[in-house]
Amino acid sequence: MKLLNPGHLIDGFEIEACLHAGGMAHIYQVDYAPSEDGTRRAAEFPMAMKIPRMTASDGAENIVSFEIELQILSELKGPHVPRFVAAGDLARVPYLVMEYVKGQTLQHIMDKSGALSVTEIATLGAAIARAVHSLHQQNVCHLDLKPANILIRSDGTAVLLDFGLSCHAHHPDLLAEELRKAVGSPVWISPEQVVGVRGDPRSDIFAMGVMLYEMVTQALPFGQPVTAAGMRQRLWMDPPPPRQHRPEVPAWLQEIILRCLEPVAADRYPSASHLAFDLTHPDQVKVTARGQQTQGTGFWTHFKRWLRASGMAYQPSPLPAQQIEQVPIVMVAVPHHEVSDATLYSLREAVARSLGIRPGARLACVTVISPGLTSSTDVEKGETQVHRWHLSRLQQWAQPLDLGGHQTSFHVLESGDVADALLRYAEGNQVNMLIMGAATHGLQLQRVLATVPIKVAMQAPCTVILVKQSLPFERLVGLAETAE
Amino acid sequence: MKLALISDIHANRQALQACLAHARQQGVDQLAFLGDLVGYGADPVAVLDEVMNCAAQGAWVLLGNHDEMALSPPSSQGADASVGSQSAQWTHDQLNASHRAFLAKLPLTWSHEGLLLVHASADQPATWRYVDGEGAAGRCLDQALAQQQGPHVLVGHVHHQTLYYRGTGRQLMRFEPTPGTPVPIPLHRPMVGCVGSCGQPRDGDPRAMYAVVDRTRQKMTFHRVPYNHAEAAAAIRQANLPEYFAQRLERGR
Repeated sequence: MKLLNPGHLIDGFEIEACLHAGGMAHIYQVDYAPSEDGTRRAAEFPMAMKIPRMTASDGAENIVSFEIELQILSELKGPHVPRFVAAGDLARVPYLVMEYVKGQTLQHIMDKSGALSVTEIATLGAAIARAVHSLHQQNVCHLDLKPANILIRSDGTAVLLDFGLSCHAHHPDLLAEELRKAVGSPVWISPEQVVGVRGDPRSDIFAMGVMLYEMVTQALPFGQPVTAAGMRQRLWMDPPPPRQHRPEVPAWLQEIILRCLEPVAADRYPSASHLAFDLTHPDQVKVTARGQQTQGTGFWTHFKRWLRASGMAYQPSPLPAQQIEQVPIVMVAVPHHEVSDATLYSLREAVARSLGIRPGARLACVTVISPGLTSSTDVEKGETQVHRWHLSRLQQWAQPLDLGGHQTSFHVLESGDVADALLRYAEGNQVNMLIMGAATHGLQLQRVLATVPIKVAMQAPCTVILVKQSLPFERLVGLAETAE
Repeated sequence: MKLALISDIHANRQALQACLAHARQQGVDQLAFLGDLVGYGADPVAVLDEVMNCAAQGAWVLLGNHDEMALSPPSSQGADASVGSQSAQWTHDQLNASHRAFLAKLPLTWSHEGLLLVHASADQPATWRYVDGEGAAGRCLDQALAQQQGPHVLVGHVHHQTLYYRGTGRQLMRFEPTPGTPVPIPLHRPMVGCVGSCGQPRDGDPRAMYAVVDRTRQKMTFHRVPYNHAEAAAAIRQANLPEYFAQRLERGR
């Protein structure tokens, strides 16, 4: 399809400026076309129209990516994708009208600013991971994440673009084939995609690892392979550790990046929300040898893995939404004053039960203290001491829990509004389940105010479990007496 | 246009009513019955009365192998008779002349703006071939396309809900739909959809099956509808039909 001039009308839309003329499609800014009486329907937001260069008459194959994008975008919701407006009949006039999101692509940010600081990288990475998680929750795997397909809004949130190679678990996968072949961009493609497995959300985690590596080192972990064998390298090869490129990279960041780049999907982060969590809580990242190393993996290790990789098979994964449901972030709010031992015990029991049936879950133990608790005269010293005291209290509380296999972290939040602090934390970290006492956090005000648990339960973005204290000591004593 | 596709009712009045009620809630404006209205179940008369009533109001109705069998029951009885033919004679005896006249006039296929509806397969419809895999679906599609029909072929007969589609390759690919979730079916993309059985599900889930095609949005939704299968099974026992027919409704097998 040749370039259209401003003023051209298509199905009730008027073409304005051409925003992008790529190899696959043209993208124009559009508005609603004026109606017969000259009035124009007001657009709710700026709109862009994508028109593929190929048409259905060039053969169905050429237009398959466009068809996938159109089908998936029309089903997606939320702030991390452009809003869908309309689509043209593929056989007649193929086009896709969507929200024109203002922002900069990650590619642009990387090109413009060169080496980004560790804080900037972590912030960008967490924003992207949150956007990707929201996609996985809607049963879609992007499968072509790369800096050119990610838009960062001025408020720092990420928007994902270009769903032409994506996979929706509830749609027939038009790119699946009997003879499996690699579908993706060679630099960012995951090992399982290389062997033709589509639909694992952890493939997107791998691509995020490549992007983080790029941002940190300004090098590509697996280069720019041009052959199938070149792409297969990532099935067995560890990239040189980022600290080899840039020694000042903190161990926690290297740990995160290399975990994303594990050849076996099960060794990576189980969900993008876990990745976002680590990127926003560097002090809670459990650094292993992987994070410390400054030398690449040796020849013999790679050789052995190369042999093994020749027979490596990747299993198709269950529905993305189901898969990430299995590895929730569980948050427990542990009160620190006016709380009985029985309540603390019951909270612990509830956490143990919730984690017990979800082996991959991670636990965040949170306590909220009021700003007044830190000394105002020597603010900095006071803060550290008070925080440290609360952290060790949280750790003591968690001690009896069997946390083998569960990543656990401890957080002291400072806020005058307990409910608000808990809610913001749950939302910011894409927490799946919040456990708290049913009658804690301000028990004495229960009759007067809507209590903290009620407010949290009503407004939380996730499941809330309100725990009642389960050790009725008084009644036990009573029972013992009657028995005698 | 929103089209409901109901197949293999098998004289199950309760399942039919549940699916019709569900379809009405979905805002369906065209009904299509893909054959096997009777056979196995205990309510052939009630089911046919309902379907004839719908047909009078414009519903499309096709002939299935069990309908054909009910018109002229196979003569072989006793040990070598299939379970289907055992009930065919019973069904035949329940029907009156108007029911039989209605069945006798049913077509094998129905074509409408890019859709081809058939009970079993577009590959020799009168021989009742099963679309039970990619190969059979491919032959069904090829026959439809060769007759300038389709590219969407919708069938019953196999009692399972499956969608066969053509991706980038030549071969058809199998897709297991998630009940209640719309699947894109663009007009240019050849597909064969098995809508499942309304009155005798066989996948271990007793809920009735049917499908809705939204021609405007170009989406197809496979539905599962709970119905009173205990009542339908009781009716089978009441009519002294084989106990197995009742049990399979309860187990969905």
